[in-house]
Amino acid sequence: MFDNFPLWPEQASSVAASVDALYIFFLIVSIGMTALLYFILIFFAARYRRQPGIKATPNEGSLVLELSWSIAPMFVFVAMFLFGAVVFFQERTPPKDATEVYVVAKQWMWKLEHMEGQREINELHVPVGQNVKLIMTSQDVIHSFFVPAFRLKTDVLPGRYTIMWFRATKPGTYHLFCAEYCGTQHSGMIGSIVVMEPAQYQAWTNGGSTGPLSVEGEKLFSELGCATCHRQDAQGRGPALAGVFGRPVTLEDGRTVVADENYLRESIMDPQAKIVRGYKPVMPTFQGLVTDEQMGALVAYIKSLAPAKPADVLNKASLTAPDRAAAKGGQAR
Amino acid sequence: MSTPAAIVPAVEREDYLNKEYGVWSWLLTVDHKRIALLYLASVTFFFFIGGIFALLVRLELLTPAGDLMQADTYNKAFTMHGMVMVFFFLIPVVPAVLGNFLIPLMIGAKDLAFPRINLLSWYLYIFGGSLMVHCMLTGGVDTGWTFYTPFSTAFTNTKIIEAGLAAFMAGFSSILTGLNFIVTIHRMRAPGMTWSRLPLFVWAHYATSIIQILGTPVIAITILLVAAERLFHLGVFDPKLGGDPLLFQHLFWFYSHPAVYIMILPSMGVISELIACFSRKRIFGYNFVALSSIGIAVIGFIVWAHHMFVAGISLYAALIFSALTYLVGVPSAIKTFNWTATMYKGSIRYDAPMLYAFGFLGLFIVGGLTGLFLAALGIDVHVTDTYFVVAHFHYIMVGGTLMAYLGGIHFWWPKITGRLYPEGWARLAALIVFVGFNLTFFPQFILGYVGMPRRYYQYPPEFQVLNILSTAGATILGLGYLLPMIYLTWSMRYGKPAPDNPWHAAGLEWTVQSPPTTFNFPQEPVVTWEAYNYDEIDDVHPHEEAPVAR
Amino acid sequence: MFTRTRRPPLHDSAATAHHAAHDNPALLHHFAEESQQRNAASLGMWVFLAQEVMFFGGLFCAYLIYRLKYFGDFGAASQTLDIKLGATNTIVLIGSSLTVVFAVWAAKNGRRSMLLINLVLTLILGCAFLGIKAVEYRSKFVEHHVPDLGFHMDEPTHIPGHPDIPVNQRHAEMFFSLYFIMTGLHALHMIIGIGLFLWLLIMAWKGRYTPQYNTPVEIGGLYWHFVDLVWIYLFPLLYLIDRHP
Repeated sequence: MFDNFPLWPEQASSVAASVDALYIFFLIVSIGMTALLYFILIFFAARYRRQPGIKATPNEGSLVLELSWSIAPMFVFVAMFLFGAVVFFQERTPPKDATEVYVVAKQWMWKLEHMEGQREINELHVPVGQNVKLIMTSQDVIHSFFVPAFRLKTDVLPGRYTIMWFRATKPGTYHLFCAEYCGTQHSGMIGSIVVMEPAQYQAWTNGGSTGPLSVEGEKLFSELGCATCHRQDAQGRGPALAGVFGRPVTLEDGRTVVADENYLRESIMDPQAKIVRGYKPVMPTFQGLVTDEQMGALVAYIKSLAPAKPADVLNKASLTAPDRAAAKGGQAR
Repeated sequence: MSTPAAIVPAVEREDYLNKEYGVWSWLLTVDHKRIALLYLASVTFFFFIGGIFALLVRLELLTPAGDLMQADTYNKAFTMHGMVMVFFFLIPVVPAVLGNFLIPLMIGAKDLAFPRINLLSWYLYIFGGSLMVHCMLTGGVDTGWTFYTPFSTAFTNTKIIEAGLAAFMAGFSSILTGLNFIVTIHRMRAPGMTWSRLPLFVWAHYATSIIQILGTPVIAITILLVAAERLFHLGVFDPKLGGDPLLFQHLFWFYSHPAVYIMILPSMGVISELIACFSRKRIFGYNFVALSSIGIAVIGFIVWAHHMFVAGISLYAALIFSALTYLVGVPSAIKTFNWTATMYKGSIRYDAPMLYAFGFLGLFIVGGLTGLFLAALGIDVHVTDTYFVVAHFHYIMVGGTLMAYLGGIHFWWPKITGRLYPEGWARLAALIVFVGFNLTFFPQFILGYVGMPRRYYQYPPEFQVLNILSTAGATILGLGYLLPMIYLTWSMRYGKPAPDNPWHAAGLEWTVQSPPTTFNFPQEPVVTWEAYNYDEIDDVHPHEEAPVAR
Repeated sequence: MFTRTRRPPLHDSAATAHHAAHDNPALLHHFAEESQQRNAASLGMWVFLAQEVMFFGGLFCAYLIYRLKYFGDFGAASQTLDIKLGATNTIVLIGSSLTVVFAVWAAKNGRRSMLLINLVLTLILGCAFLGIKAVEYRSKFVEHHVPDLGFHMDEPTHIPGHPDIPVNQRHAEMFFSLYFIMTGLHALHMIIGIGLFLWLLIMAWKGRYTPQYNTPVEIGGLYWHFVDLVWIYLFPLLYLIDRHP
C-alpha cells in the first residue's frame, strides 16, 4: 500500500508541463492568499478578543478599500483566465501532421483503431514524440477519455466525433480512465497508453494488423455501393470525394461548411441534412447499416483520397495513409 | 451593569410552542415558526440518510478493489447521496429552517405573506421526500445526481421517473418558498424598516429567492422532458433519434449552477449576522455585501457551461464561460474581505456560533480559491470529473453551507427553543467538525490532480493511502455531526431557559421573548435605527461577563 | 414594486387589526391593511408568472434549437397542423381574455351579474379551446402523427419549397414530440385555469367579491392572461413557421 504513493502525476505529454506550470501558479496565488487571510483572521481574533471595558470601534466602510479589493482581484483573475485560455487553445488545436487513431467507446471498453490497421482494446500504443489525434465516438452513452499523465481529457459522445490530440514525451505506460459516469462498470473502463521508442513502436506495428484502416474503408466503400454514385470521374449522381476532406463545401441553400470528420459522418448517417449545391438529394441513409468502427474506416478512407491535382494546399502537409502504407512496405524506416 | 446569569420566568409565558398542543396543531399550522421546526425535523432526517450513503461510499473506498458491495449498489449509493443531499438538504436547509423562522421577525412582520403557501411548501417537500425514500427502498437510481442523457433516458433500468418526480416536488417547494420570501420582503416590512436597514441575512435570502424563482423551473421542465423521453421513447436527448445529449446538459446546468448559489447565499447571510454580533460591530461595507449577494445571483445565471468545458462545446463558448466564471468570483471575494475587515478593532468572543463562522471563513476561502482553479480552462481539462471537483464543492457546500447552518442553529437556538445549548460541547463539536472535514476532503484535491476520476468504486492501488485518510476524516466528521444532534435535542428538554437576548444581539428578532409568541410582536415595531447598531447596544450593556450561561 | 412601506405607525396593531377585521372579514390576520394584502397577492402572482415564463422558456428553447437544426422537416410537419382550428383557438382565447377583463372590471365596480356572466363566458370559451384541441389531437392520432404510437408522417413527403428533398421521419417525429409536450403542458395550465375560474364563479355567486375585496378575481385574471399569452407564442411557433401562399 505504501510502495507507491504519488502526490503528483507523471508528466508524459507536451502540454503536461504547461498545465503543471499553470497549476503551480494557481497554487502559489492560492496558498499565498490563504496564508494571508488566515494570518489576518487569527491575528484579529487574538488581538481584538473581548476585553473588559474595551468597546468595539465602529467602522462603517471604506470606498477606497472596497474598490481596491474588488479591482485588484480582477487583475489577478484576468491573468488566470488568459494563462488558462492559452494552454486550452494549445490543447484544442491539433497539428496538421498528426497521425490519427479512431476511438470507439462503449460500455465498458475502449476500442482503438490505428490508421495502419492495428486494432486495440483498452490499450493505445503510440510512439514517443509523435503528434497523435484521436477521433472519438461512443456507441452508447457519454464516456470521457482521460489520461492523467498527459493532463488531457475529452468527453466521447454518441452520434458525433470529438477530437483530442497529444504528443507523448516520455516512454512508459500510463493510466487511461473513463471519466464520465457511464453505468455499472464505469470504474472498470480503464486501460493504458503505452508510449514506446520509435523503433519499438515500429516493431509493434509490424507485428500484425488487418491492413490499413483506409484500405478497409475502401472495401466498405465498394461493398456498400458508395462507388456507384461517388465516382472518381465525377460523373456520378454524388459529388466526387477526392480531396473533399478539410475543404469548404457549398451547400444548396447557400451555406458553406468545412468537410471535417463530423461532416463526413453526418453525410453518411443523415444525408438530407446538408445537400451539396448542384446535386439531388437522392442519397439513402446508412444509419443502422454502418457500425461506429466501420464509420471510422470509411472516414479514414475518404480522408485518404488525394485530389486529382497534386498542388493541393491543404493536403500537402501529410502523406495520406495508402501512400504511407506503400512507403512502409517498400523500405525499412 | 450586570445581568443575572439566567432569567427564569416565574410564570410560564405563552409562546408559539405551548400555545397549542397536539399533532394536528403542528401538521395544520400556518405559523412560520412552527413550519420552520417541521422543516428542521425533516431536513435533519434527510441529512442523516444522505450521510449514511456517504458513509457507505467512503467505506467502499477504503480498499482499491470493489469488495464491499456490487458496482451497481455503489453507483446507487453515490447517486442517492448526491440527490438527497442536494435536493432535500442543501437547497432547503437555511431558507426553510432559519429563513422561515427569522425573516418575518427580522422585518417586523407577524408572518410571511402567504402562510398557507408556506405550509404547502413543506407538504410538497415531504411528498417529494417520501417519493425519494420509496424510490430508494425499491431499487434506487444509479445515474449520479446529474442524470446525464442518454444514459438516464435510454440505458438505465433504475427508477428515474420516480426520483425525477421527487426532485420536481422538492423544486416546486423551493419555488414557493422563494415566492413567499420575495413578496414578504417587498410588502411586509414594518414602518421604518427600509431596504438599507435590513439585516444582511434578509438581503441574502432575497437574492436566493430570485434564483429559486427563475432557475428552478428550468430543471423542472428538464425532468419532465427526461420523464417523457423514458415513457414515450421520444428522442429529444437521444442521438439515435435525432436528439442532442448536450441539450440536456445545457438545460440541466442552467439550473444546477445557480442552484449552488441557492445553497451558499443564505449561509453567507448567516455569517454576516454571526460576525457582526460576535465582533460587536456593523458589518464593514454593508452596501457592498448586500449588493454582492444580488450580483452573485445575477451573474450566477450566465456561467453554467463551465461544467461542460470538455463536454463538446466550442472553443469560443469555453472561453466566454471561463471569463464569466472569473467574474462571478469577484462578489464572493468582496464579501470575504468585508467579513474579515469587520473584525478589525472589534470585540470578539469565541462562542460556538463564532467558531463555526471562523470555520466557514477558513473553509470557504479554500473552496472559493479552488473554484478559480476550475475556472481556468487549462487546469479544468485535467481535473474536471476527478476528485478535485468533489473536494471543491464539498469545501463550499459542507465547509461553507453546513458550517454556517450549524453556526446559525446555535446562535438562534435560544430564540427558537427558549433554551440554551451546552457551550462546552458545542465548541468541542465545532472543532471536531473542522478537523474531520479537512482530513476528509483535503486529500481529495491531491487525489484529483493525480488522476482519480469521480464515481469510481474501484481504483488503482496507488490511490489507496489518500482514500484511507479521507475515510478516516469522514468518520471523525460524522462524529462531529452527531454531537449537536444529541446535545441540541437534549437541551430542548434539559437546557437552561434562555433570556430574550442572550447575546445582546442587534436585530428585531431579539427584541421579542424567547421563544416568540405566535404573532411575534405584541406591538408592531417602528424602526428608527440602522442595522447592527452594536455601538448603541454596547453603550447600554457593556459586557464584562458572559451573557450566556454555561 | 420598490416603494417603501409608507404606512404610518400603528400604535396598537392588535386593536387596529381587530377593527379592520370587523370592517372586512376577508383581511387576513397577518396583514395590517387591505391594500397591503392586495399588493402582496398581486406581487405574488406576478412572481409566480415569472417562474412560469422560465418553465415554458426551457421548453421553447429546446423547440427553437431543433427548429433551426431540422429546419425543413419541422416546416413540413408544421403544415400538417390544422391552421384553421389553430387560428380559431387563438380567437377563442383572446376572446376569453376579453371576458376576463370585463369580469375583473365588474368585480371592482360591484357589478354582480356582469361579473357572473363574464366568468361563465370565460369558462365556456376555455372549454371550447380544450374541445378544439381535443379534435386536433384526435386527428393527429388518426393520421399516425403521435410519437411512439406507430408514427409515420405520410404527407407532406418532401420539404416545403424543396420538392426534391424527402422528409426525414425521425426529425418530423421530433417536431411532434415537442408539439405534444408544449401544447399538452399549455392545456394542463388551461385546465387548472378553468378550475380556478370555476372556484371564482362559485365565490362570486356567493357574493364574496366586492369593490373592497376582489383580489382573487384580479390575480385569477392575471393567470388566465398569462396562459393566453403562452398560446399566442405557441400558435405562430408551431402552426405558422412554413406556410406558403
